Amino acid sequence: MLIALVVVSLILLTAYFGESAGSPLHTVQRGVIQVLSPIQEGASRALKPARDLFGWFGDTLDAKKERDQLRAQRDALLAEEIDYQVAIRENRQLRALVRMDGNHGLGSYEKETARIIVRSPNNLLRDTLQVDKGTSSGVHVGQAVIAGGGLVGQVTTAAGGTAVVTLITDQRSAVGAKVLNRGGRGDIGLVKPSIGDPLDLLVQQLPRDTKVRVGDNVVTSGVIDPRFPSPYPPNIPIGRVTKVDPAELESNNQIHISPIADLRHLDFVQILTTPPPGGEERAQVP
Amino acid sequence: MADGWQLPARLAALGFFGVIVQVAAVSQISILGVSVDLAPLMVAAVGLLAGSLPGAIFGFAVGLFVDLALVQTLGVTSLLFIVIGYAAGRLRELRDPAHGLVPVMVGAVATAISTVGFALMQFLLGIEAPVSWLLLRQVVIAILLGALFALPVHALVRRVVSGALPDDPRRRRRRAYTTGGLSPLSRPSEGR
Repeated sequence: MLIALVVVSLILLTAYFGESAGSPLHTVQRGVIQVLSPIQEGASRALKPARDLFGWFGDTLDAKKERDQLRAQRDALLAEEIDYQVAIRENRQLRALVRMDGNHGLGSYEKETARIIVRSPNNLLRDTLQVDKGTSSGVHVGQAVIAGGGLVGQVTTAAGGTAVVTLITDQRSAVGAKVLNRGGRGDIGLVKPSIGDPLDLLVQQLPRDTKVRVGDNVVTSGVIDPRFPSPYPPNIPIGRVTKVDPAELESNNQIHISPIADLRHLDFVQILTTPPPGGEERAQVP
Repeated sequence: MADGWQLPARLAALGFFGVIVQVAAVSQISILGVSVDLAPLMVAAVGLLAGSLPGAIFGFAVGLFVDLALVQTLGVTSLLFIVIGYAAGRLRELRDPAHGLVPVMVGAVATAISTVGFALMQFLLGIEAPVSWLLLRQVVIAILLGALFALPVHALVRRVVSGALPDDPRRRRRRAYTTGGLSPLSRPSEGR
């Protein structure tokens, strides 16, 4: 019986395989399909809920898998986007540094671009940055630091591979400044941070008759004055006038400015390491 | 005479509805990219419950029906299912395994014979398909699914054919064990 079944199977197989599409076995098969198709259709409809139930499980698993994949993809894209944003920001800052060279006659200075590696947490009293360049790169104490279109501060500590920059918003800082007012007189003062709000800089010791308006620019004076030793080259933008109170100017000889450099969002700075030959204006400062 | 037709009638109904359910519903449900094939599990269960010859005949019939319903080369599935039904039946007749997980193992082997055998037959018939890790993975998943579904299919088949089977070897063995292989009437006396 078993042998008969196997033989029948082999005969069917051989016959079917060797036959054309219009042969008897194919015809029988088509007939069977025709008969079965309504049954299959009915069964298919009847069993659809069960199929959907299993399908729901499968879809849920697939959806979960897809969700995990998309989450991973999203995280990767987020990391990539952050990288891009950081790169764009750094690029913008570096471009601004390069642009400053042309705008403020700093092209003749040797400059060392440094990355900020540490920022002082308590910037109400001490406002300093630590950069990744030091004496091994020609950075020394007293050198001016610029970034983002304006003055940042000066190097106050320098070691082999790092240096500390004291910002103009530090309470110990004082910068000789010139107010570029409309009258064109260029009144000279001293820029210091106001107590309690380091980003509000004061230009002190101005003449009482200073003609100045909100929006006027204040730049480094680079003046030679034994009382105000200035490590800064002249004409580097420091800030813009934000408040002029005649009473305050009359009584305290001061106006308010805000720094041009975005001191809270810096990643790179440039340190003016070597003054140009013949530029002894600063060197003569006592 | 009516009793003699009970098993074939039940098996015919089982085969018909089993294949219809398989084709209409189960084949359309994909688990890990593979559909469960209940047909070899049914054949193996019938072989295991009814013996080698009923298993082989049921395998031939179900295989032929599958080939007809799925418009495949006639005889391929029949040949494979004859092997499955006969082998499962021989296992019952020779070993009479009593462990509850035997259907799982038999189901896995039946699925393996079915999938690998079908692939081999297709290759022999000249249907070109790349032998790849994907194919191997699918075969492995199909075997695992077969093992997973073997137990419920076996239970269902047992339920369908129960009462129509000529004899249950387990019952026979249990009886032999409790009576020491002999009728209580012919048991040797305690005093000897």
